[in-house]
Amino acid sequence: MYSEKVMDHFMNPRNQGEITDADGVGEVGNPTCGDIMRIFLSVKENIITDVKFQTFGCGAAVASSSMATELIKGKTLEEAWEVSNKAVAEALEGLPPIKMHCSVLAEEGIHKAINDYRIKQGLPPWEEKAGHHHGHDDGTCET
Amino acid sequence: MANQKSVYMDHSATTATDPEVVQAMIPWFSNQYGNPSSLYKLARESKTAIENARSKVATAIGAKPEEIFFTSGGTESDNWALIGTAFALRKKGNHIITSGIEHHAIQHTCEYLEKQGFSVTYLPVDESGKIRTADLKSAITDGTILVSVMFANNEIGTIQPVKEIGKICREKGILFHTDAVQAIGNIPIDVGDLNIDLLSLSSHKFYGPKGTGALFIRKGVRIDNYIHGGGQERRKRAGTENVPGIVGLGTAIEKVTRNLEDNSNRIRVLRDRLLDRILSEIPHTRLNGHRTDRLAGNINVSFEFIEGESLLLLLDHAGIAASTGSACSSGSLEPSHVLLAIGLRAEIAHGSLRLTLGRENTEEDNEYVFAELKKAVERLRAMSPLYADYLKKRSRHV
Ligand SMILES: Cc1ncc(COP(=O)(O)O)c(C=O)c1O
Repeated sequence: MYSEKVMDHFMNPRNQGEITDADGVGEVGNPTCGDIMRIFLSVKENIITDVKFQTFGCGAAVASSSMATELIKGKTLEEAWEVSNKAVAEALEGLPPIKMHCSVLAEEGIHKAINDYRIKQGLPPWEEKAGHHHGHDDGTCET
Repeated sequence: MANQKSVYMDHSATTATDPEVVQAMIPWFSNQYGNPSSLYKLARESKTAIENARSKVATAIGAKPEEIFFTSGGTESDNWALIGTAFALRKKGNHIITSGIEHHAIQHTCEYLEKQGFSVTYLPVDESGKIRTADLKSAITDGTILVSVMFANNEIGTIQPVKEIGKICREKGILFHTDAVQAIGNIPIDVGDLNIDLLSLSSHKFYGPKGTGALFIRKGVRIDNYIHGGGQERRKRAGTENVPGIVGLGTAIEKVTRNLEDNSNRIRVLRDRLLDRILSEIPHTRLNGHRTDRLAGNINVSFEFIEGESLLLLLDHAGIAASTGSACSSGSLEPSHVLLAIGLRAEIAHGSLRLTLGRENTEEDNEYVFAELKKAVERLRAMSPLYADYLKKRSRHV
């Protein structure tokens, strides 16, 4: 069901862990729906110098987190912001349709972490795409 | 990975066909190919083989041979039992009672019947997965025509109070169907003693071939046909018989009921050793289902802070076949309706693992599975934000 790339990132996750003094942290998902992603960023001079993730979720959720962190490491915040869920899924050589929301979660996690950083720096947050993630506040898990 | 160890602990999904069963089936694919409905010798031999298998199934559950009808498996038997009796008894009433933890073969058939104008009561279960007979009694109305409650659950292994249910239905003159797909070969069953009117069984769950099953229909029970066509199965179930499959089913059920007590005792001992180790040596783990009234080979546990599909992937990588009630493995986003029905929070249901042991499992398998499971759980917890939060909270409290 999963591509070799997904299995590789699931079995050997890159950047798994926590940055205790992170400059920005983003958390998305909901335990009821079976997935939570937390992204930690270290930022120096507008560049993501380090990134780590913690994920509760299925194989696709872990692999999406791992791939997303790979894609944004060393990038400027503007570049990282542009990394889409499609880019994550493509880099993983595809995800099963039912698992596409995992890549969406990864994109949203990055956006949250970047905006957390911006707010902490006293900067206005960038506008996040509204509500295409699976429902969090209403208790349902539909994509 | 050529010599990688592999352990199969998913016997509730299906079992390997017993080599003895395969041997018994082989002639009926090749030189014994006669159509049982034809007249000549070759055909009569096929007919005889089917009748021998019918007697074996009847003996296994305490029925008469003429009360056994062969089908394409558990799903067809369930559909036939519900749809066939519901439509036959429509003039008498339109109310059906079932449980909230049935297999989809029952659950989705009930939903179909609701669309056809029947009304269905789904009995709740307690935290062990059992229905309460008081709930059953109070759900019965003048219009109730059928009660269908599974013998033993396929996910959590809980065994229902079938004898009491049968007694209540008999007293009220209501038909009682039970989906015994998981129970056959694990629990001794006598349809007379238990007052069962209809019973579904499926060969591939007890070391027989897939795609073959049977429905027991007590003599005198009114039931419409479900598969229409030729006059096979005494005009009740059309279609040229799956002769090798039926022979395999007969051979398998005879063997599995002959050694039933010994086998299930051995498997229960093995299961308990593995279960006790999991519960005592992997923290934040809970058992789902009833501690004792459960299928001998069934383990269903939830590990806090982790998700079941990723656990299955790690176990699969170690050559272990298991199953989960997490939504993330099933193609839907809702976790198992059975785990939610016994009161688990969705996130705990997502962290569930089902291991179902069978005949060929050994103590060595247990050791291997336990070691790999412990590693896998620790590995997933190490990457879980929920576990990280838990550890932080705990260190603040000490
Ligand atoms: C309780 C129960 N009922 C029905 C079925 C369906 O049986 P079959 O696979 O033979 O159609 C299963 C098998 O998964 C089952 O466990």
